[in-house]
Amino acid sequence: MQATSHSFKANAHQALGNANLQKALHLMRSGFPARRAAAIARLPEFEALREEGKVIKDHVLENLDFYLETFERNVVVRGGEVHWCRTPQEARDTVLAICRRLEAKTVTKGKSMIAEEIALNDHLEQNGITPVETDLGEYIIQIRHEYPSHIIAPAIHLVKEQIAQSFRETHTTLDPARQLDEAPTLVAEARAVLRQKFLAADVGVTGANFCVAETGSTIIVTNEGNGDLTQTLTKAHIVLASLEKMVPTLEDAATILRLLARSATGQEFSTYTTVSTGPRRPGDMDGPEEYHVVFLDNGRSAMLGTEFQDMLRCIRCGACMNHCPVYATVGGHAYGWVYPGPMGAVLTPSLVGIDEAGHLPNASTFCGKCESVCPMKIPLPKMMRHWREREYEKKLSPVTYRSGLALWAFFAKRPALYHMLAEWGARFLGAVGGPHGRFRSLPLAGGWTAGRDMPAPEGRSFQSLWAERQRKKAT
Amino acid sequence: MSEAPVRVGLFVTCLVDLFRPSVGFAAVKLLEEAGCSVEVPAAQTCCGQPAYNSGDKADAKAIARQVIDAFASFDYVVVPSGSCGGMIKEHYPALFADDPALFQRAQHLAKRTHELVSFLADVRGLERVSAHYDGVATYHDSCSGLRELGVKQQPRKLLAAVEGLTLKELPGAEVCCGFGGTFCVKYPEISERMAADKAADIAATGADTLLAGDLGCLLNMAGKLSRLANPVRVRHVAEVLADMSDETPPIGAPARAEPR
Repeated sequence: MQATSHSFKANAHQALGNANLQKALHLMRSGFPARRAAAIARLPEFEALREEGKVIKDHVLENLDFYLETFERNVVVRGGEVHWCRTPQEARDTVLAICRRLEAKTVTKGKSMIAEEIALNDHLEQNGITPVETDLGEYIIQIRHEYPSHIIAPAIHLVKEQIAQSFRETHTTLDPARQLDEAPTLVAEARAVLRQKFLAADVGVTGANFCVAETGSTIIVTNEGNGDLTQTLTKAHIVLASLEKMVPTLEDAATILRLLARSATGQEFSTYTTVSTGPRRPGDMDGPEEYHVVFLDNGRSAMLGTEFQDMLRCIRCGACMNHCPVYATVGGHAYGWVYPGPMGAVLTPSLVGIDEAGHLPNASTFCGKCESVCPMKIPLPKMMRHWREREYEKKLSPVTYRSGLALWAFFAKRPALYHMLAEWGARFLGAVGGPHGRFRSLPLAGGWTAGRDMPAPEGRSFQSLWAERQRKKAT
Repeated sequence: MSEAPVRVGLFVTCLVDLFRPSVGFAAVKLLEEAGCSVEVPAAQTCCGQPAYNSGDKADAKAIARQVIDAFASFDYVVVPSGSCGGMIKEHYPALFADDPALFQRAQHLAKRTHELVSFLADVRGLERVSAHYDGVATYHDSCSGLRELGVKQQPRKLLAAVEGLTLKELPGAEVCCGFGGTFCVKYPEISERMAADKAADIAATGADTLLAGDLGCLLNMAGKLSRLANPVRVRHVAEVLADMSDETPPIGAPARAEPR
């Protein structure tokens, strides 16, 4: 998909003025964090599990080639096929080739961020194949021609009135007078519409929460059961995965599953956890005739061995964005690509380039909430800072900002000069602003004073007052 | 506290130095009352965070070295800010990870460095203060102090001893106010909205006073409250604990506005 991360500021400006979005974000703010906190309070070993999960993923990343090859061997043994794709284009073409060979007209899809990353729907449509999103959130944004604003709740930027409106515009054969005021009626309507599409589909595409090396299995978690129908009713099941989804054993997957739902939605477990191991075997009641795992690299292997390797521990729970005060203020679309929030601020520059995504690692207050809730203990602020260092080295930040910083640093490195300047500044600003106690506007601080006052200095610098006090003491 | 006075170097912070020396003097008073002798090295300016968080490692290192040199000789270094305290305690060693000699010195400094209120409560074992403040206060937990240094209960414990003060918890007290240092310069519009949300939470408590331990956050919240014409009095927690709130108007308030 085409990134607009370079327009983060303009995107954010728009988001701040979008009343529906702001209403939706306020609901999200009170929902996810409270549910996560309650779930974790019920699990005393949560902290120990975090450490266990981190150790598993770190071990995998240190031995990734071994586990990828083991995984492939075990997929092949069970009659499946693994496809290695370096770029989104290769992944798109791989999926299309399978669909064409099977003469597929309709492809059902479970939720997959890799599908978003490679813009699969557009590619299928351009080639005469109809993709049908079966996850409720994904379905809603598909009919609205939007893209996800959140990695686990793709339509979280919408309020239910907007969804009802879209359903009325899309499901035109249904009674126009029907009630669509409440969420359950919306879910029931989507369910009825989608059930027909499941039965008509030729190929099912899902993502993967885990790829299990020891068995060649992939695992997805859903709350709607749509993933199961997507992969069992069709001729072929295509799993889209990225390298970092690998875990050594089912036991390891079980460990991380205990972290995943709690961190994501505050559930102890997602409603459905589906393990897929190869195509239908003789005697199986159902299942696909073909089983494909399409691995996308898209810049990830280049993160190994760098200061960004820890990011590959990410299990896509969304806790970082659920708790991010910046995400909660501007929403996911402002970030301009597939992955928003703190995890996106680190991952997106790796995948689309820092030139495009330079704003994202800067648009953080470094409040540290994301790292504190990350089940994989990913040091997100630290890695955002690494990106800022790269930007600084490449001179990507605005010239005005860089020269302001250089001027400040010049004085900060010369204490005597600095103290003189601070005293002048305190006296001058104190004299001008002091009577009111604050400035309504201030040259060079227009961004601040557009919506806030700037409190005025008290009128003297601490260092000069302290020096006076010491002199008085001495005499 | 009968032992010999410990030597404390006060790291003033650039914002206290320029905007609100009262916080520095409140810190000095509290430290002296807690049995410390306080010195203020003149060779300090800023902790270097603006450079560090802008990716300018060279200037961040140069400023950090300056601080490491200036505070080498003290028993403790105390900072009336969780943000600058966190910079020295958590990030200086990381800055010199590839320079063994400086790394060791940075670590030595980090071990001796403390945020003011947690130093008083945890290191000096202060149980109470003798201060008076008439009002209902609410408290915002500044991010770095809270998450990098574990400052949470200490200010509440000491504020409980302030005569006349009632503490009313702020919903979302741990949510960032939107200041974020360089963030408010680079993304003022987002920063301002975050401050507005914080101001709404503050107003909802019905408190007449807002306290916190970091001047950056305080300037941001006071600036927003003032623009909204909300009369909530905003102060650094040290001013109240040191019983110095009579000596200077609240942050952002005109000289005669203190309704006492």
